[in-house]
Amino acid sequence: MSNDKKLPDIGTEQDPKVKKQKAKAYEEYAKQFTPKPKYAANGLKAFVVGGLICCGAFAVQNWLMDFMKLEEKEAGTWVTVLLVCLAQLLTGLGWFDSLAKFAGAGCIVPITGFANAMVSPAIEYKAEGPVLGVGAKLFSVAGPVLVCGITASVIAGIIQVFR
Amino acid sequence: MNNQRGKHSIVFSNRPNIVGAAAVGGVKESQGPQKKWFDFTLEDDIFGEKTWEKAEGKMVKKAIDLALSNGRVSEKQVDILLGGDLINQLMIANYAARDLQMPFLGLYGACSTMTESLIAGSVFIDGGYASCAVCAASSHYCTAERQFRMPLEHGNQRPPSAQWTATAAGSMVLSKDRAPGRNICVTAATIGRVLDPGIKDVNEMGAAMAPAAADTLLTHFRDLGRSPEDYDVILSGDLGHVGKKILMDLMAKQGVPMAENYNDCGALMYDDSQDVHSGGSGCGCSASIFAGRIIKEMRQGKIRRALIMSTGALLSTISSGQGETIPGIAHAVVLEAEGGE
Repeated sequence: MSNDKKLPDIGTEQDPKVKKQKAKAYEEYAKQFTPKPKYAANGLKAFVVGGLICCGAFAVQNWLMDFMKLEEKEAGTWVTVLLVCLAQLLTGLGWFDSLAKFAGAGCIVPITGFANAMVSPAIEYKAEGPVLGVGAKLFSVAGPVLVCGITASVIAGIIQVFR
Repeated sequence: MNNQRGKHSIVFSNRPNIVGAAAVGGVKESQGPQKKWFDFTLEDDIFGEKTWEKAEGKMVKKAIDLALSNGRVSEKQVDILLGGDLINQLMIANYAARDLQMPFLGLYGACSTMTESLIAGSVFIDGGYASCAVCAASSHYCTAERQFRMPLEHGNQRPPSAQWTATAAGSMVLSKDRAPGRNICVTAATIGRVLDPGIKDVNEMGAAMAPAAADTLLTHFRDLGRSPEDYDVILSGDLGHVGKKILMDLMAKQGVPMAENYNDCGALMYDDSQDVHSGGSGCGCSASIFAGRIIKEMRQGKIRRALIMSTGALLSTISSGQGETIPGIAHAVVLEAEGGE
């Protein structure tokens, strides 16, 4: 039938420079077949859910200050603890991932995402044992965030000293 | 006798017969459009086991048991077991083989494992090195997710090009003897080559595999002097909705447009309401549709000649961590039904 020329020349390139160019061209080509994420709708959902979580947290903080007579800073700490516990509970019940799928960053940014990033590997790696499973993998998701966050704060601190 | 056709294709002169086949589907899969084609469906994806890996192992064993029983073949008659999965070091297949006590070759072709094992099994039978071979492949959403991506309960959003690893297993029993009644046999195969279009994003596996799939199809048509119209059904493995569109465009550009008879298992596995974005993936996706739906439709006489092609994205957790691109592969197998009307 037909000859070798009929085969598409994608992915066969050996020269690294040409390979890179072709990869880029193919990526662009493939993009036109890929649906785009619904940025506006996703953003709105994140805004509403994230906003509701923050409003709720503020209501609790105000209640702690008005009725429990706590200082603002102390009340804030209690609210943070409450949010973390709530996110852990929801993760354990298997609801947090559904919520995060719907609301995205809206439910990940208010500290709740960090709690989820700690508890989800703890559940996942339980089968590998308490030390080498949970112990080793506990920070597998949150670890990079901690490393980068602490590094950034150290750099910011040094800048502050020499300013 | 030379059974080679071109560099990539082979024809089987002693046609291996598919005497038994079975598909097992997970919970989400059995809520989708493929429900009626599964021989067994799980009520719970953990399948009464302690770990997801054990559950997947039990699932693939169930598929093998069912395929053997509906092919009326006993475990002792099996000369070789060929199979694989996605989990590191072929954990699932190795442990299933430990329990089955059959001569075993583990195969890894990522999601292309079903047709890879089918080709290997057919070569064994055709060459007279085995009278009966069992080919199997499996995948499980929960085992794949924890190995390749994030913990299950981790909250995140998947991009529209992402695919859902199917919790499913498929198994076929090949024999040198014909099945009574309508017989299905393997007549030809095309072994694909690894093509790497340079995609790095693990959420774009359809795009990463589409060129390899197109290459295998074009090579197949060229080697055997056939065209897409020669088949009642042409089914690719797990390109998903995105990869399917790319494949169709690539084929059209090469002057071989794919018509109504072409579809993709990844696109067929779930319906739109199941929110799986670009469709299904995993060895089990194509394995269960080939061993479930295609074999049944061939037995019913709806399909006479089918071209099935599992597709694999050959990435590992190490390669994606090191920023390597994702190579793709695809192997095609021709199934033909004959007699017994």
